[in-house]
Amino acid sequence: MRYLPLTPDDRQSMLATIGAQSVDDLFVDVPEEARLNGPIHGLPMHAGEMAVEAHMKALAKKNHAAGDMPFFLGAGAYRHHVPASVDHIIQRGEFLTAYTPYQPEIAQGTLQTLFEFQTQVARLFGVDVANASMYDGSTACWEAITMARRITKRGKAILSSGLHPHYVSVAKTMARFTKDNLSYQAPTLDAATDGQNMLDQIDDETSCVVVQYPDILGRIGDLSAIAEKAHQHKALLIAVVTEPVALGAIKSPGEMDADIVVGEGQSIGVGLQFGGPYVGLFGCKQKYVRQMPGRLCGETVDAEGKRGFVLTLSTREQHIRREKATSNICTNSGLCALAFSAHMTLLGEKGLRELAMLNHKKAVQAADRLSQLDGVKLLNDSFFNEFTLVLDADSRPLVRKLADQRILAGVSLGRLYPEVTPLAHGLLVAVTETSTEEELEQFATALEGALS
Amino acid sequence: MSMLSEGRPTRQEENLQMTDDGSITTHTGNRALMVDEPLIFEIGSSDRSGVDLPEAPQVESRLGGLEREAPIAIPGLSEGEMVRHYTRLSRQNYAIDVGLFPLGSCTMKHNPRLNEKMARLKGFADIHPLQPVDTVQGALELIHELAEWLKALTGMPAVAMSPKAGAHGELCGILAIRSALEARGDAREVILVPESAHGTNPATAAFAGYKVEDIPANKDGRVDLEALKARLGPDVAGVMITNPNTCGLFEPDMKKISDAVHAAGALVYCDGANFNAIVGRVRPGDLGVDAMHINLHKTFSTPHGGGGPGSGPVVFSEALAPFAPLPIVEKMDNGHFRLVEEETAEDHHSNSFGRMVAFHGQMGMFTRALAYMLSHGADGLKQVSEDAVLNANYILRSLEGVLDAPFAKSGPCMHEALFSDKGFANDLSTLDLAKGMIDEGYHPMTMYFPLVVHGAMLVEPTETESKAAIDQFIGAFRSVAERAKAGDELLKSAPYFAPRRRLDETQAARKPILVWTEAEDFAEAAE
Repeated sequence: MRYLPLTPDDRQSMLATIGAQSVDDLFVDVPEEARLNGPIHGLPMHAGEMAVEAHMKALAKKNHAAGDMPFFLGAGAYRHHVPASVDHIIQRGEFLTAYTPYQPEIAQGTLQTLFEFQTQVARLFGVDVANASMYDGSTACWEAITMARRITKRGKAILSSGLHPHYVSVAKTMARFTKDNLSYQAPTLDAATDGQNMLDQIDDETSCVVVQYPDILGRIGDLSAIAEKAHQHKALLIAVVTEPVALGAIKSPGEMDADIVVGEGQSIGVGLQFGGPYVGLFGCKQKYVRQMPGRLCGETVDAEGKRGFVLTLSTREQHIRREKATSNICTNSGLCALAFSAHMTLLGEKGLRELAMLNHKKAVQAADRLSQLDGVKLLNDSFFNEFTLVLDADSRPLVRKLADQRILAGVSLGRLYPEVTPLAHGLLVAVTETSTEEELEQFATALEGALS
Repeated sequence: MSMLSEGRPTRQEENLQMTDDGSITTHTGNRALMVDEPLIFEIGSSDRSGVDLPEAPQVESRLGGLEREAPIAIPGLSEGEMVRHYTRLSRQNYAIDVGLFPLGSCTMKHNPRLNEKMARLKGFADIHPLQPVDTVQGALELIHELAEWLKALTGMPAVAMSPKAGAHGELCGILAIRSALEARGDAREVILVPESAHGTNPATAAFAGYKVEDIPANKDGRVDLEALKARLGPDVAGVMITNPNTCGLFEPDMKKISDAVHAAGALVYCDGANFNAIVGRVRPGDLGVDAMHINLHKTFSTPHGGGGPGSGPVVFSEALAPFAPLPIVEKMDNGHFRLVEEETAEDHHSNSFGRMVAFHGQMGMFTRALAYMLSHGADGLKQVSEDAVLNANYILRSLEGVLDAPFAKSGPCMHEALFSDKGFANDLSTLDLAKGMIDEGYHPMTMYFPLVVHGAMLVEPTETESKAAIDQFIGAFRSVAERAKAGDELLKSAPYFAPRRRLDETQAARKPILVWTEAEDFAEAAE
C-alpha cells in the first residue's frame, strides 16, 4: 500500500517494544461483538494510481463541463477565469498540508496571508474589519443574523425577497430551532427591488434587515435608505454579496452604511466545483468585532519586537468558550481564502475594476441581444453581470431542452422557487469574462428556436 | 527598530549593521533562506495588475447610478511578484509535507497528490451546482458512491453529504435529533456532553438552541456510565460522545451507554473526529450510534489547507434517517441519479429538516476522499487504523518512562497518546515543551486538550509515518521532556530558530489590529 510506510518487520519490532503479541491486543477495549474480522464486506480491495484514475475519469466524463459549451449559469456561483498561478500557489505543500495556525511561530505564512485576506475583504466590502473566512455565503448569512440578534438582543429578522432562496432556506432551517422570527416572501417579477417593502417593515422589534446586493434577480438597489431607517430603530443592516466581482463596479455596502457585510467569495480564485468548497466572506463595523463568528488573525510582535501575526480574540470561540461561543465553527475555508487572496493580489484595484466592467458590459450586450427575441423580455433596469429574462414559456423544460443541445442556458427561477408558479417564466442569465460573442449567438439562436 | 506607542513596528525592518554584542546580523535582517516578506500593501500598488483582460465592449453601463467612485485601495502585483510573495510566505509554514505533524485529534496524515489531480478533472472542477441534473450524472454518481462507502464503513443506513466541516456535521446531527423528538411531540431541552469533549460539541448544541450539561469522566478517562445513567431523564434529548474519546481511549461501554440513552428516550450523537483509529475495524452502527459526522479532512486525508476547507458528512441510524437534510442524491431504478431538493422533496422526503447550506456540499473534498478510499480499499483502510494505533502505542510506551501518561496503566491507547506536564521543574509548562519541539524541527502536539488532564499533550502520529521518522520524533520529544523536568531555563524563551520568536498574544487581543492600515495614518492615530 503506497501510502503506508511500515514494513512487517517494523510492525513486529514495534509490537515487541509495546509488549503486545499482535495488533489485536491493541484493540482489547473494543467489545468482542463490535470487532470486525477481515476487511469490510462489499467494498473493493486497494488499487493503484492508474486504476483509481481510470475510475475517477470515467465518472468525470459523464458530466458536461462548463468550459466545453456555451455557459450562462450564476445564481450564487459564477464561472470566472482563475489565473494559473493561483492554483500553483494553493498547491504548495506548505499551504496545502498545513493545519489551522495554532503555533504562530511556524505558521506565519498562513497567518500573514489571512491578515492580507481580511484586509482585502474589508476594503472590498467597505467595512472596518473582516474575519478569516466562513464555510460559504449561505452559512455566513445565517451567522450574521445570529450576530445581529446578539448585538440587538432582538429576534426579528427581515429578509429581502431578493435574497438567494438557498440562503433563505438555510436561515429558515436554523430559525426553526433557535426560535428566531424571520419575515420573508418570495420575489415578484418587477424591475424595482423590494427596498420600499423593507422600509415599511422595519420597527422597534427588528434586529436586522438582510438585503442581497445585487439581488437574486440581478437588480441593484441603493441600500442607504434602508440603513438609515434600520439605524433609527436601532436595527442592523446586513448586506449579502453573492458576486464579489460586482464590487469592482458598484458602491460597496459599507459606503451605504451596512453594519455587517457577508458574501460568497467563490467568484475570485475558487472554481465552480459543483457547489463546494467555497469561501464565506464576513466583514463588519469595528464596534461589533467582539461579536463576530469565526477565526480572526491579528497583528502583534514577537519577543524580539518583530512584526508577526496570530489568531486572536479566541475568547469568542468554541475551543475556549464552549457553549457560550459566538459560533460553533472551527475548520473554515482557509485554502479557498488563500486562493481568493492570491487572485485578488493579481488583480489589484486596477484589474478588479477592469474585470468588473468587462463582465458588466458583456452582460449588457447579452441582455440587449437576448431581449430582442420574440417571447423574451428583460426584467432589469439595472444589473451587474446577471439579469432576469421573462419568457413566454416555463423556463424549466426550456433549460433542459437547451442542455440537450449542449447549451447551458442559465438558471430557471422555477428550480429556485418551485412553490411560486409565476416565477417559472423567469430565467436568470449570467455573463462573465469567460463567455464569447460566438457562444452568445449560439445561445440566442437556440433560445429563439426553443421558444418558436 | 522604531516602534509606535503600543509596540507596533512602523516599518517591516530597519537596516541592521554587521555585528551586535558578538552575534552576526545582516544588512537586510534576513538569514539566507530565512527571508522576511512584507505585506502586499507595502509592495503592491492599486495601478499594477498581474492580469491582462480584453477590452470591454463599447456599451453604456446600467449600474443603477451606483458606480463605485471611491478608491478600493486593493494593491496588485505582477505575476512574478505574486508568485514570489506567496512562495516566500509558504516557507514560513510548517506542514505535513515538511515533517511529522503530531497534532492530536487532528489526524494530520499524508495528502496523496493523485487526489489533487482527480479533484481538478474538468468534469468535477468545472461544473455548476445548478446545471440540469442530466448534465451532472457523474457528479451525482460520485456522491452516491462515496455515500455507499461511508455507510458500509460505519454500518449505518443513511448519510447526509452536505455538511461543510466537522462542526457543521455536528449541527446536522443535533438538528436531526431535535427534529425526530419534535416529530414525536417530545421536544426536550438538554444535551449531555462529557467534560473531555471537543469545544465544538457544546457550542453546536447551544447553536441549535439546547442547554448543555457536562457529564463527568471516571478515573480511567472514560465516560462515567453510572453518572450518565443517573442524569438521564425526560428532559434529555441526546448525548454527544466522542469515540475513541479525546484521551485517545476507546469507550468500552459505548453499547451500554447507547442502550441506556435509548431506554431514556434520547438519542446518541457520536463525534467521529477520531474515526481514524477504528476505520475498517469497528462500525459505529454496531455500537448503537444514531448520528456521527465523519471528517473527510481527517480520516480520509483531504488536505487541511491551513484551516479548511473540511467536509463533514453525517451517517444516520434508521431512527434519524427520515430527517436528513436536503439535498439528497438518490439512485433510481433505471440507473440514473436524482437530486432531491426543495422542488422534489415533498413526495418522499417530507420529514427532512431542511437545507443547511446552499448547493450540495464539498464536492472538491468528495472527489479527493473517494480517490483515497479507492486507493486503500477495504483492506488498506483496515491497515490504516491498525498502523495508526500501532504508531501511537509505540510512542506511548517509548515515552511513558520520561513523561507522565495519565491513562497508560489502564491499557493500550487508540490512535493518539496522552501525556501531562506532571514533573516539569522550574515552572516550565506544556507550552514551553511545545516551543522546544519547534526548535527540534517539529510541529508540536495538541496542547492543553483535553481539559480533563493538567497540561495535556496529545500526540497523534497517524499511519503515514515510518518507524524511522517516529523514532527520531521520540528522541526529540524525550530530549525536550528531560530538559523540562530538569528545569532548563532556556525552554522558557523557545523557539529560537523559527521564523518568529514567541508572539505576544496578549497584545494582539488587547488592541486588535485585524486589517492593515497605512503606517503614517496609524502613527498619527496612535499619537
